[in-house]
Amino acid sequence: MAQAPMTASGESPMLLALRHVGKVFSNGVTALSDVDLTIREGDFLSLLGPSGCGKSTALRLIAGLSTPTSGVLDWRGSIDRANIGFVFQEPTLLPWANVFDNVWLPLRLKGISRAKAAPAVTEMLARVHLTGFENAVPRELSGGMKMRVSIARAMVTKPRILLMDEPFAALDEITRFKLNNDLLELWQDERFTVVFVTHSVFESVFLSNRVVVMAARPGRVHAELAIDAAYPRDEVFRTSPDYAALCRQASDILVNAINTSAGPHHDGH
Amino acid sequence: MTAIEQTVLTLDPEEAGRVRQERLERIGRWVLPLAIMILAIWLWDRVCVWNEIPKYILPRPGVVLQTLYDDAGLLFSSLLVTLRITFLSLVLAVIGGVGLAVLFAQSKWVEMSFFPFAIVLQVTPIVAIFPLINIYVNNQTVKLLLCAWIVAFFPILSNTTLGLNSVDRNLRDMFKLNGATRWQQLRYLRLPAAMPYFLGGLKIAGGLSLIGAVVAEFVAGAQGQSSGLASRIIEAGYRLNAPRLFAALILISLTGILIFLVLSLVSHLVLRRWHESALKQER
Repeated sequence: MAQAPMTASGESPMLLALRHVGKVFSNGVTALSDVDLTIREGDFLSLLGPSGCGKSTALRLIAGLSTPTSGVLDWRGSIDRANIGFVFQEPTLLPWANVFDNVWLPLRLKGISRAKAAPAVTEMLARVHLTGFENAVPRELSGGMKMRVSIARAMVTKPRILLMDEPFAALDEITRFKLNNDLLELWQDERFTVVFVTHSVFESVFLSNRVVVMAARPGRVHAELAIDAAYPRDEVFRTSPDYAALCRQASDILVNAINTSAGPHHDGH
Repeated sequence: MTAIEQTVLTLDPEEAGRVRQERLERIGRWVLPLAIMILAIWLWDRVCVWNEIPKYILPRPGVVLQTLYDDAGLLFSSLLVTLRITFLSLVLAVIGGVGLAVLFAQSKWVEMSFFPFAIVLQVTPIVAIFPLINIYVNNQTVKLLLCAWIVAFFPILSNTTLGLNSVDRNLRDMFKLNGATRWQQLRYLRLPAAMPYFLGGLKIAGGLSLIGAVVAEFVAGAQGQSSGLASRIIEAGYRLNAPRLFAALILISLTGILIFLVLSLVSHLVLRRWHESALKQER
């Protein structure tokens, strides 16, 4: 079943367009091929796909950590790296620094003193429910709390776009649900743009207003699914028939994408 | 586990056994080596008595202790001389080792070009190099320092280089994303990340700088130009003064142990909050 790309309702201005973007690594692997994708201001867009479909590569291209072999990234207006927040698969915290200093880091690198940064850091920690943990070091925190610190650090510079690379993949389900809820709450309050890489159908449908399904070998956009369910989404939505139907729809598209992916192996990124 | 918990908990036999085992191990860690040491000293004393060994061949432990007390002035002033060389060379080894490692970290090319020379310096026995140093350097202290430095700086250089290069790739990307300068990356990321490696190197270098200092004094002392502990040993050897020889030897050993303990403590204090090596094992 080939799904025609759909557009989400409620058009907002474009933030970034990937036009015919391709990436070929020096070992000959084509990570991405002819990717066309428009990201609009305020989108919560999930990139969903099997391993090896190039979703992490796409994220690194958007972040500017890597440059495309072909095609262009067309930003609306000027965007520099200060406007981009990035949350990695692991919390990626400085193990020797406490929670406050970890969140302060992006501001510190911009030359903002501890005292000047304190209000922003404190506010961000409150937003991720970590008030009171300022002096804890990462090893004293649970996996979920570390991820909260990581999100606070990415958000402390008030980026226009937040890129998340399977941030909750290593967490247990209860923690993941909680972080999903808190992330949505944060996004609704601030209305920044999110590009969220995941291989979980359920997570992508719960969070996003747009799910872009990718296929592998070579990595490409397979189809797009608009998730029109209203926000705020909560536990009621998670157990609703609508959600189940959307998950089934996304799952069907994903299965289709996997079947069209060349080669029998689905390992590695 | 606190005392309060223990009174409330009723432990099953397996857990009780484990607690007992832990307590025994904790005591054993100190008592066993001490007991063996005392036994060995006692045996040493007995061997001397049973075989009527003269004290210029093997002095009894009591005699060594008496010498340590009687010759304290002489021995400790010599110890101070040796310690001065040891610490100065350790400080120089830290400055040189870390400085070179930071230089190497700036560029793979620099590291590739110069690291082999550091290895050459390390693998050539210092005793073989010393005669050359003796020709080129006049100042006695500088001579000894150079010797001890050559022996001590390599573990710091090699460990710190390894540490500076073992930064998590995502963290490096994160710094890049936030537009960190080279200096910021070094200051806030690479140097702290290298700290456990550096401290590991420092522990080795501490012992080596003492060895370097003593060996240098030995070579220099053979020419009657040194007043450190090594020269006391040579002197005592010439005079068949075995008790003083033993006393000096014990002083050097104790100094080495002390240096190791102090550096271990420093390492523990610096790393105790975050690094795996300094954390207590939890079950």
